[in-house]
Amino acid sequence: MSSSVASPPQSGGRHQKKQNDKPASLWSDAWYDLRRKPAFVISAILIGVLLLMAIWPTLFSSVDPRACDLSVARQAPSAGHLFGRDNLGCDVYSRTIHAARNSIVIGVLTTVLVAVIGGLLGMVAAFYASMTDTVLSRLTEIFFAIPGILGALLIASTFRDQINSILLVIVSLTVLSWPMTFRIMRAAVITAKNQDFVVAARALGAGPSRLMFRHLLPNALAPVIVVSTINLGVFIAAEAALSFLGVGVQSPDISWGLMISDARDRFLDAPLPLIFPAVFLSITVLAFIMLGDAVRDALDPKLR
Amino acid sequence: MAKTKNDLLPSEGGFGNEPLLAVDNLHVEFHTRAGVVKAVNGVSYSLSAGETLAVLGESGSGKSVTAQAIMGILDMPPAVIPKGEVRFRGTDLLRLSEDARTQVRGQRIAMIFQDALSSLNPVFTVGWQISEMFRVHRGMSKRDAMKKAVELMERVRIPAAKQRVNDYPHQFSGGMRQRIMIAMAIALDPEVLIADEPTTALDVTVQAQIMELLADLQRESNMGLILITHDLGVVADVADKIAVMYGGRIVENAPVHDIYKAPAHPYTKGLLESIPRVDLKGQELYAIKGLPPNLLDMPSGCAFNPRCPYRQDNCVTDVPPLHEISGVRSSACHYWREVLDGS
Repeated sequence: MSSSVASPPQSGGRHQKKQNDKPASLWSDAWYDLRRKPAFVISAILIGVLLLMAIWPTLFSSVDPRACDLSVARQAPSAGHLFGRDNLGCDVYSRTIHAARNSIVIGVLTTVLVAVIGGLLGMVAAFYASMTDTVLSRLTEIFFAIPGILGALLIASTFRDQINSILLVIVSLTVLSWPMTFRIMRAAVITAKNQDFVVAARALGAGPSRLMFRHLLPNALAPVIVVSTINLGVFIAAEAALSFLGVGVQSPDISWGLMISDARDRFLDAPLPLIFPAVFLSITVLAFIMLGDAVRDALDPKLR
Repeated sequence: MAKTKNDLLPSEGGFGNEPLLAVDNLHVEFHTRAGVVKAVNGVSYSLSAGETLAVLGESGSGKSVTAQAIMGILDMPPAVIPKGEVRFRGTDLLRLSEDARTQVRGQRIAMIFQDALSSLNPVFTVGWQISEMFRVHRGMSKRDAMKKAVELMERVRIPAAKQRVNDYPHQFSGGMRQRIMIAMAIALDPEVLIADEPTTALDVTVQAQIMELLADLQRESNMGLILITHDLGVVADVADKIAVMYGGRIVENAPVHDIYKAPAHPYTKGLLESIPRVDLKGQELYAIKGLPPNLLDMPSGCAFNPRCPYRQDNCVTDVPPLHEISGVRSSACHYWREVLDGS
């Protein structure tokens, strides 16, 4: 490729655009960078398709995922049943599509809960410092000490009869994951807090809640958003792991982890009922982690 | 003026002979691991409406800490105020609740800082930040508050205010940012404005403009202005009186003209002599010898004694009281007569 043609208009063009455009804030700058990243575009398209799948699964498959027929168990793929049938004779393609909703609901809700709980507590700890910070930080360390999937396994198996299985997965993942967001938010707020504009805002009469939500939060949010996007993929994988271990989503609800678990026994005879949900799971997790990476690069150019 | 002010403090009148703002025997200490740092040791000064007080002193003299104590924005701990009063219209601010103080900040006493870029929130437009003052404290609608923001930006003479109101702080020059800070500070018509080295980060021509702006705004609104600076050149034109601080104490109080004519404290004298002057070109510039005192380990007696050309034996043993020279002048030097005559 010859570079002689492209170089001058490129730099000039971007500059021009910025001047005509609305002034560049951190977020509009990040958006400008993101739109030009292949990793972001690909992951965004993948996530778009997955979201569509979660909201309207019938768009992709008209076959009822719970209409099973034992007489055709482990049937090979055919025109009507693209991915074949599983051990119980259910349509694998339809089940894979319908499982997207649970995985994504669990991923998104857990991420939101973790960001809100960890973020709020982290901000409060950093803002009030001293006693509040000490108590909250020690509490965080207690939760940190619990090994991830083992702790979730414990919580999920203890309460499995009391609560809806999807809610239970969300709760157990949240309980074990908020400390990470707490730490990130706390560190970000401590950095922001020492900046002059926070002191200046105080000197001009801003109260604690205004300081926290208007001055500190927007300046400390970027790292939390980055970690949350990456976490979303991790939570979806964790849900699959819990379901695989039998304490996550329970039948008749459908999830990729559950499908993998069900297909495991006869994997050598019929590998497809395991491979398809596994591929979907991998793609989903990859898409969210790729998105998180792209967002991190855009919001925090220093990490590049 | 129809202002909706809170009822926590008495408004105009009803405070007898009290000045607008009086700092009385204020002490501020910082409790650190290395020991107790006595940053402010019995500072007193007063300010009337329409008056400009310049607080002069080098880094670590306690001038900014005093201002932060007035505003109530010191981090306590590590800061402790063991003694003293800050009376605003007769009410001791130090004894108010945090809620009541938040009401005072911004609405009745406002403050601007040295570095205007870092004093503005980088993620919001300047219009948003100025109009926030009206939305929060006056309950205005977004549109009305934005209109007021443009008016204020015009009042602090920002050209093309209407177009620039939606710009972010980093899109403004240093002088313009300081103007925006000033706009935010005067938004609610405070009675006292504290400017903590407002021009230090700016270049010389812009410094003059900002000082002029502050002086004009003060004339228009009759607010009291406390100007904290280490630059004698900046204060000469705008200040009415000067308080010189050294080692956490006020060492000299005087109307501005007297101090330039004849300083009554060796430290003030040293400061004046260390201003570069065109008519002395080619000669070596005078510098006060020695270093500012270590606040953890203050010299005995007069804090200035290790650096003082007038030092006698009793300077090392006795802390000089603030001697009254005339009704408006005082000096914390045992030998103020000699200093006054010698210059």
